[in-house]
Amino acid sequence: MDFGSTFFYKYRRFVKALKIYLLLAGPGLIVMLADNDAGGITTYTVTGAKYGYGLIWFLLLLLPVAYVVQEMTVRLGAVTKRGHAEAIFDAFGPFWGWFSFLDLALVNWLTLITEFIGMTAAMSIFHIPPIFTIAIVSVVMLLMVLQGRYWTWEKIAIVFAVLNLIYIPAAFLVHPSVGEVLGQGLIPHFPGGFDGTLFFFLMANIGTTIAPWMIFFQQSAVVDKGMKEKDIPFGQMDTLIGSAFTVIVAIFVVVVTGTVLYGMQIDSAAQAATIMMGFNHWLGTFVAIGLFDAGFLGAICISLASSWAFGEVFGWAHSLNLKIREAPWFYACYILAILSAGAVVLIPDAPLILITLFVQVIAVTLLPAALVFLLLLLNNEEIMGKYKNTLAQNIAGIVIVTAIIVLSTLYGISTLFPHLFGG
Amino acid sequence: MIRIEQIVGSRVGGIIRGWTGKIDGINRRYATPKIKMSRGVKFVLLILRVYLILLVLLLAYKFWTMLGQGGV
Repeated sequence: MDFGSTFFYKYRRFVKALKIYLLLAGPGLIVMLADNDAGGITTYTVTGAKYGYGLIWFLLLLLPVAYVVQEMTVRLGAVTKRGHAEAIFDAFGPFWGWFSFLDLALVNWLTLITEFIGMTAAMSIFHIPPIFTIAIVSVVMLLMVLQGRYWTWEKIAIVFAVLNLIYIPAAFLVHPSVGEVLGQGLIPHFPGGFDGTLFFFLMANIGTTIAPWMIFFQQSAVVDKGMKEKDIPFGQMDTLIGSAFTVIVAIFVVVVTGTVLYGMQIDSAAQAATIMMGFNHWLGTFVAIGLFDAGFLGAICISLASSWAFGEVFGWAHSLNLKIREAPWFYACYILAILSAGAVVLIPDAPLILITLFVQVIAVTLLPAALVFLLLLLNNEEIMGKYKNTLAQNIAGIVIVTAIIVLSTLYGISTLFPHLFGG
Repeated sequence: MIRIEQIVGSRVGGIIRGWTGKIDGINRRYATPKIKMSRGVKFVLLILRVYLILLVLLLAYKFWTMLGQGGV
């Protein structure tokens, strides 16, 4: 074959692979960008304001952490054709099944409230009352699922996921010094020395990288999408691209806040957006839209993760490909989760800060179990066959899962006892 | 033996009975764990149990101290 023919053949193969990838892309990209939810954006905002660009190198470490964990859900979902909740019941029995399911339902509902808090805070910057924000968001979330096709839901979700990249143009508005970003950000060091406060921030950043709902969501999404064993490489690519995007967004949030707010006492992303509005109207607008979008992405994924889990455990029809009359309980769970979480935010003097802190504590009761079950299932040859973890995957998985468990547990404990690490 | 319907009425009692029946069904369906309970798996599950008990004790302690300070 001459050079032209070889090139054309490889080009056709590449285009074909790209088309298949674009068809199969979705769960990984959505879950990873939704990982930068309202809580995640708040964490990165506060990190940038506190340490400037000094912890960008640490954010880069989150890429393999997120990828290694979420990639396992792709293989498990594609091979077993079961969501994580059902897989735990089936493999470990009713005790661990009920524990994981009830804990997930509680932590998801509480996290959903925090997403609504983020969205209402972001929209209040534009003087939109919380009741309007919650009403409009609820209607949009319902319309997204009631059209009766997983594919359509996924493509709409990807549009919102791409909007998460708004922090990139926002960074260009603040004109950061590229030399300073690279010099201070890429060389691993502990700005101001390693102390309790810095440790608290490292734990918080790790803690926001992997949340229990992400494991349940991606596995169920892979199943609902109908991915098969042969699609695993595309699912892995999807997860890798999603992991890269989640880290890129986190870095750009830190660049924005590290440039404009460095040295200020910032407690929330909404507060940061309000200050930035005074600095540059467009910058404040971008950051507020980013926060709203982060909350929205989190909300659509978390409410679905819960509904899928309910359907799997109780044996109800549970697919976005089904109409509301074909899967009434699945959609009832979804609607109930949205309406009840939204209603809590509207209650006057509701303990919203307490709820936000409580989420972190409850999450650490579920995350270790979900991660350990994931590793055990991925090592079971009867379940996974030739797709079980290799030695290298196990080493990476065990190291990362251990690190996540230790750091997220310490983070949860430090939320309970704030002065433990000087935070 | 007192039936649930006698306490909460036949309508609510029927709903509760339906749900408990469903939960019993789920417990029966998954009664035997499919994963092979090797010594390693048993050890990991034991560690998980201990971890969760410690966390619950910490939560209880925090709640107790908050109660003592009048924070709840």
